[in-house]
Amino acid sequence: MSKQKYLVHDLAFCFDCNNCFMACKDEHVGNDWQPYTAPQPRHGHRWVRLLRTVRGQAPRIDVGYLALMCQHCEKCAMVDAGFATRREDGIVLIDQAKAKGHREILDMCPYGGIYWNDEIDAPQKCTMCAHIIDSGVEPYIPRCAHSCPTEALKFYDIEPEEMAKIVEEEGLEVFHPEYNTNPHVFYKNLYRYTKNFITGAIVDKASDDCKEGAQVTLTGEGVNETQTTDYFGEFKFDKLDPGTYTISVAGADDVTVTIKESQNIGEIFVD
Amino acid sequence: MKGEIRLTNSSTGGPVFVYVKDGKIVRLTPMDLDETDPEGWTIEAHGRTFTPPRKTTIQMYTAGQKSMVYSDRRLLYPMKRVDFDPNGERNIQNRGISGYERISWEEAADIIVSEVNRIKREVGPGGILSTPSSHHLWGNVGYRHSTYFRFMNLMGFTYADHNPDSWEGWHWGAMHMWGFSWRLGNPEQYNLLEDCLQNSELIVFWSSDPEVNNGIYGGFESHIRRRWMDELGIKMVFIDPFYNHSANMWGMKWLSPKVGTDHAISFAIAYTWLTEGTYDKEYVADHAYGFEEWAEYVLGNGEDGIPKTCEWAEAESGVPACEIRALAREWAKRKTQLAAGGLGGWGGACRATHGIEWTRGMIALATMQGLGKPGSNMYSTTQGVPTDHNFFFPGYADGGISGDCSNSAAGFKFAWRMFDGKTTFPAPVKMNWEAGQHIPRLKIPECLMNGKFEWYGKGFCGATIEAQMHPYQYPAPGYGSIKMYWKYGGPHIGTMTATNRYAKMYHSETLEFVLSQSIWNEGEVMFADVIIPACTNYERWDISEFGNCSGYIPDNFAQTNFRVISFQQKCIEPLGESKSDYDIYAYLSKKFGIYDIFTEGKDEMAWIEQYYNATDCPTLMSFEDFCKKGYLVVPYNPEGVPKTAFRWFAENRVRDTPDWGPAPNQTVGLKGLQTTTGKIEFISTSLSRFEAQGFVDEYRPAMHKYVPAWESWHAEVAKKYPLGMLSPHPRFSFHTMGDAKDSFMLDIKDHRVLVDGWYYWIIRMNTVDAEARGIKDGDLVRAYNDRGSVILCAQVGERVQPGTVHSYESCAEYAPLGKPGHSADRGGCVNILTPDRYMSKYACGMAPNSAQIEVEKWDGGIYEIY
Repeated sequence: MSKQKYLVHDLAFCFDCNNCFMACKDEHVGNDWQPYTAPQPRHGHRWVRLLRTVRGQAPRIDVGYLALMCQHCEKCAMVDAGFATRREDGIVLIDQAKAKGHREILDMCPYGGIYWNDEIDAPQKCTMCAHIIDSGVEPYIPRCAHSCPTEALKFYDIEPEEMAKIVEEEGLEVFHPEYNTNPHVFYKNLYRYTKNFITGAIVDKASDDCKEGAQVTLTGEGVNETQTTDYFGEFKFDKLDPGTYTISVAGADDVTVTIKESQNIGEIFVD
Repeated sequence: MKGEIRLTNSSTGGPVFVYVKDGKIVRLTPMDLDETDPEGWTIEAHGRTFTPPRKTTIQMYTAGQKSMVYSDRRLLYPMKRVDFDPNGERNIQNRGISGYERISWEEAADIIVSEVNRIKREVGPGGILSTPSSHHLWGNVGYRHSTYFRFMNLMGFTYADHNPDSWEGWHWGAMHMWGFSWRLGNPEQYNLLEDCLQNSELIVFWSSDPEVNNGIYGGFESHIRRRWMDELGIKMVFIDPFYNHSANMWGMKWLSPKVGTDHAISFAIAYTWLTEGTYDKEYVADHAYGFEEWAEYVLGNGEDGIPKTCEWAEAESGVPACEIRALAREWAKRKTQLAAGGLGGWGGACRATHGIEWTRGMIALATMQGLGKPGSNMYSTTQGVPTDHNFFFPGYADGGISGDCSNSAAGFKFAWRMFDGKTTFPAPVKMNWEAGQHIPRLKIPECLMNGKFEWYGKGFCGATIEAQMHPYQYPAPGYGSIKMYWKYGGPHIGTMTATNRYAKMYHSETLEFVLSQSIWNEGEVMFADVIIPACTNYERWDISEFGNCSGYIPDNFAQTNFRVISFQQKCIEPLGESKSDYDIYAYLSKKFGIYDIFTEGKDEMAWIEQYYNATDCPTLMSFEDFCKKGYLVVPYNPEGVPKTAFRWFAENRVRDTPDWGPAPNQTVGLKGLQTTTGKIEFISTSLSRFEAQGFVDEYRPAMHKYVPAWESWHAEVAKKYPLGMLSPHPRFSFHTMGDAKDSFMLDIKDHRVLVDGWYYWIIRMNTVDAEARGIKDGDLVRAYNDRGSVILCAQVGERVQPGTVHSYESCAEYAPLGKPGHSADRGGCVNILTPDRYMSKYACGMAPNSAQIEVEKWDGGIYEIY
């Protein structure tokens, strides 16, 4: 197989600056890159869609942002139905003529990456800036990745074997693997969006001081993990699935919580 | 791409390549450096070598700027209000209501010149008021300090002085503790990146979100530095009522005080250090003045008798005592940088009703831990890179083609390099100086509606510590009253305080003529009698440096990883009949009879060449080559790397940093700080003298004390309006730049929300407060107090604590539902709700960042109040 195009988004360094979203609009609104794609409408489309989740409760929270664009899947219903083409380099492009008028296409993507353009009566989506990649001129790579100030969004043009190695080494994942579509967009630190944490603090009852160095153990749902509290007395068990967990620390009764989402259980006072 | 050409330009959010085809902008991208550009600097720390990536970064308002150039809100032609007749009925009562008709430039110019000349003959040039927005579009020749002042100084006018709206507490408070008047009270930041990487173990970010408010104009250049700090194991703690974006990326801990109570925490930290003996006693003995008496006050032996314990601070701020104590102990143990604000100074807390004491509290803590010793400093991580500081290229605040030494920093160096006094001359100031007529921007409505006003300090009071104590009055003695307002841009309703005032004032009968010179139809432009269209920086020629404004932020090119000087190319012709400011003034100056003096026979390009040759640029590249390449990168020069900030002070040496002050006459033998004692003054000598002269100010005592914020949960008004509103500088737009105007930014989900065809501004509130009011995420709500009502979209969640709400200032859109100035606004100008009271009796700054409000579900009403 020839070199393939991939995007990798690292949630740890994404802070919702929207440069990717702005760059996408800058490139596609008011510019006609047919046959790749017609101009994007000025408002409404989100070819790069920034999803946000706030985990926990104030003041122990964090926020995860996930950039969701067309995942350029190896298995794509649009391609199977003849409305789109998957190029040799892995980029999926809508065939605007064939797709014209077929609103049912909007439901073909489980990631919801397709938008309807009323003016051309056809669907549109991320092209991975194939017109720029093909032209071989600046900025050489998709505009979203080029404009990312923290390099949270990176573009790769490599052999699948090399990509598999990066996936392995950096612990990359696909979003919604259960869709089984083999996306060409991977995520790092995906748990910041998809998993849960249990957090809290240990406080010494007598001195009312944060208890640094306390050993806190979380058990449940097949997890058994021990953490040492920091100088704020805090612990944070992350990457948890919903379920029932018990938190144990010397000098206090065990605390058992059932979580559906991330939870700040507050302070545990110890003798 | 075929047929495209790549040009260069620059912006408030970083330098850009602009791709143009057939006279139209195709795209704007960040600049990547190429192989002909010089190598970057390096820093060695802990066995590693750090060097910046070979690229520049841009902010999102720059990334989306094409949509602001091509916007249906652009003003493309001169216009006149349909029922305004300068020779007959002016219909002042219909300003903001009656609509416009297109007129020619000739007709517009005739009205303007005839009105200006009439008023000058009636009452003198003092009768003409003008002021521009804080932030012009980028470019040192076209900037307001340059072209605008050159023209206005020659025409004559009363200036509305800008208040130091990002400094406030530092300007009115910190300056009395340690001087730095030339920085309006902010600290120097020289070479602190190296100090931090090599020596520090902890950074406390206090009212500081450097991933978002990257200092100013510096793109996202500083992100990489915090990544290095994180990799070296430097821990980062954040104190902010809002869970900010840097806290999310780096914070091991978020402490969230109630709005207006940060200084309770700083006092409790000091209390902990005093009682546990964990502060630098030797340093304090040598470098602080009034410390012992202050320490007694902190311990509860002062007049209020209250020990400032962590438990006391918990009651004030809502932050658990044990967490304050834990932070205090760790801070005392570790080499710590205090990032108070996002620039090295600044921070939303300085723009609040406790801003004066918060800034003094920050300095107190840094002093107690040996400010200036290795690893222990005040550093916001946004400046302090080791670029060449010897290479001279001015910022926009250095005056450009005006040479105005009173209203810009031209007199520091640049005017003497720019004007030879034989063939080319500055535009001298004869009106807008200390003894001329000028009014405070925050009180334009009072001056216009009441006809008189008294205040202290002229604008940015940077000359001396005492300058801010000087009394002024409007009208200035012997000067005429204002009859005309020549407004540049339209943001005040979204940027000043209690801003229904700014809408109401336009119906003042004494205001005979209102002219608006603006790029977009936004904000208060709708109140003008005549509108003239300016163009963007992509439609004119200019020159500038990335992140360098200079003036009251000396050497702030040290925000950027590479010093990039841009030739700002005219990428497209001005849209419609819009013109560059220079061309507008050149055109008008012909009719005013001052064309030759204003232009000296030069066009913009000729001024740019003169400007270029007045800098150090010709030592690197000829002007022709610069124009051809489009930019210039200043090479790394080890000899140009400055010494470390405050190290000279810690070591009792003569200052060896390139800072602009203190002036020799404000020191003894060039040693010490600018204060009378040369030390950090816990009891301010300047304020003590002012008090002794009878100017006693309960909200700004000579000693740094815990003065409860006058608009916060403590205040009587909180019984009626229980929610404390934080209203910081905006996250996505640069003040009003980028907001509204049908720009791409409307689609940013955390900026505005589309509901029933209208893009609403956002207010963030805690789940508990929302539930108590029956408000759900995405609901339209009315935020209100006695000052007015604003319709917003609620974002319900956990990023603020119960009792705190958060909505950015600087909305560009003013959209009153009923009579302007008297009804609810759905544009999103939350500044309508903020207090117009000065910070204190003699500290004439704004305190918008701690307003008390109530929020309810909006019932669709227009909420008119009179």
